[in-house]
Amino acid sequence: MSFENGSPSTAWRRFRDSYFLYRLQRDRRAQICLLLFGLLMIGLLLTPWIAPSNPYDLAQINLLDSELPPFWIAGSEPGHPLGTDAQGRDLLSTMLYGARVSLAIGFGAVLVQSLLGTVLGLLAGYRGGVVDALLMRLADIQLSFSTLMMAIVVGAVVKAAFGGAFYGDYGVAILITIIGLSEWPQYARTVRASVLAEKRKEYVEAARVLGFSSYRIMWRHILPNTLSPILVLSTVQIANAIMAEAALSFLGLGMPETKPSLGSLIKSGFDYLQSGSWWITLLPGLFLVLLVLVVNLLGDWLRDTMNPRLYKG
Amino acid sequence: MIFFLMRRLLQAVAVMFVISVIGFAIQDGLGDPVRQLLGPTATDAESTALRHSLGLDRPLWMQYLDFAGDAVKLNFGDSYFFHEPALDVIARYLPATLELVAASAMITLLLSVPVGIFCAIRPRSWLSRGLMGLSLIGISVPVFLSAMVLIQLFSIGIQVTLFPTGTGWGQWLNQLLSIQGGMPAYGRGNPVHVWGVWYTNFASWQGLLYLLLPALSLAFVMLPLFVRLIHAEMLEVLESDYVKYARARGLRPSRIYFLHALKNTLLPVVTLGGVQIGTLVAYTLLTETVFQWPGAGLMFLDAIERADMPLIVAYLMVVGLIFVVTNTLVDLLYRGLNPRVTLSGRAA
Repeated sequence: MSFENGSPSTAWRRFRDSYFLYRLQRDRRAQICLLLFGLLMIGLLLTPWIAPSNPYDLAQINLLDSELPPFWIAGSEPGHPLGTDAQGRDLLSTMLYGARVSLAIGFGAVLVQSLLGTVLGLLAGYRGGVVDALLMRLADIQLSFSTLMMAIVVGAVVKAAFGGAFYGDYGVAILITIIGLSEWPQYARTVRASVLAEKRKEYVEAARVLGFSSYRIMWRHILPNTLSPILVLSTVQIANAIMAEAALSFLGLGMPETKPSLGSLIKSGFDYLQSGSWWITLLPGLFLVLLVLVVNLLGDWLRDTMNPRLYKG
Repeated sequence: MIFFLMRRLLQAVAVMFVISVIGFAIQDGLGDPVRQLLGPTATDAESTALRHSLGLDRPLWMQYLDFAGDAVKLNFGDSYFFHEPALDVIARYLPATLELVAASAMITLLLSVPVGIFCAIRPRSWLSRGLMGLSLIGISVPVFLSAMVLIQLFSIGIQVTLFPTGTGWGQWLNQLLSIQGGMPAYGRGNPVHVWGVWYTNFASWQGLLYLLLPALSLAFVMLPLFVRLIHAEMLEVLESDYVKYARARGLRPSRIYFLHALKNTLLPVVTLGGVQIGTLVAYTLLTETVFQWPGAGLMFLDAIERADMPLIVAYLMVVGLIFVVTNTLVDLLYRGLNPRVTLSGRAA
């Protein structure tokens, strides 16, 4: 590794010489996944410009166009390449907008849980003692409950307590909070495990001898060395969060139909499965699987490449 | 052993305490029951009197003790909707869920062990590559989606019109690729009464038919997880010295794979099974929703829709209890399978 500080191309050079890129150039599957992920991201970023219509704009929806089939089935219309749903919304546009909502919730929830879990994991690992014991027992209990079940229970309680209208208005924020709060133990355990390994190393001792505050040692010295397990975990957790959101929405504890995510699209289409309009529910489902699969494959590859000490269990 | 049981008990008490606090907090829907009972026109004197007669003017911890005392006696109050004790309602719905879980657990176990072992023994065969690829896709498929695909394929059926219908071979191909459907995908059918007390789907062909699609879709989400785990563990075990030694001694391969290697492979599988109990409950909720399977999960979701608080609280307490008990059992089983593990948590 080169250390030419000050030259503008240092970062680029380090990337060019990195093991990461070396592995990427030799793994066809990872390249395809990265390409697909990039395409999906670009597509979802540009959705307002590339989508055939805007599903939130009631003026663009014609109820007479409802349940049109996709283009390869007789009776389709060229304006709606993937057909329409039961309310006459263009399915392709609705799916793109829905995937944006799903992904936003996924990223938001992972942000919440990684912040919370990292802080608590650092504290537990570095301080040890009572703090550690208390936090880890709490994490044990929460994990034994399964995070998805936790999210369902909290969602159910919030919905029963505040009613459906409140839920509809603040859906994104509620879902991010619920999924974020129920998944923090994953991060806390992973971070704690690597903090325990790092804590014994000489550089931490050196920092302590130099008289740095424990706050500074935790954040500036130990945390950067635990980043690769956090990164690997985050990819898996984004996939998990998207799945959890879809499950919650499918149970009616998620996004309302007026501002659908992929999960609530699948749910609203399910009622029309029996009447033969399978595309309303199965196409968003396929899209969801594609999204989650690509993220999962990337996570798999990252784990093989970075090979961090993930907490096993 | 004593230490382990004590710690487990302590943890169980902590879990049940947390759940009961949540239950206590939500039992009145987070609103003021007095105002709801009397309406906005009540005078101060009236509401004070009612508050006193309901015991709501006492300190919070006394009210909680009341609630906890009733909960210990398995009394969660009457369901608002069914007008009968909440626990009775759950007892009526739970068997359907348990049958569903049992059926899918059987399918998962019967399929995942041979598939996982096969993929580990013959890692280069096209079949095991295909199966591992499928399992990778499988973990990205949500349970409700696989359920819907099953419904579309085997209940509704598909009519293929891809090939020209005018020609004989086109007709023939279309018919070959079409699926009739017709499998039941709604509810439980008519469960058979066995021994006077047990309604079951296991005792008749028709009942099993109703059980098949829900159990399959629940099994399809658990399968990939277990196949991948068994495969990974088996690969590791097959590299170990004792397997090499067994091979050198000339033992039959089947004996090595299914007796020596499998036993050590099962350890993490049992752990995963324990960890997955909670997830399984969540998946059961989803499966029951898709198939309208009249189990405890569907009952819980209906209770949420109706804001039926006693039923919600009772369900949460029951599920919490199931988690605590199964986790303890899994730990004990783990110890039985692996004598090297001390129950204080680390391998000796």
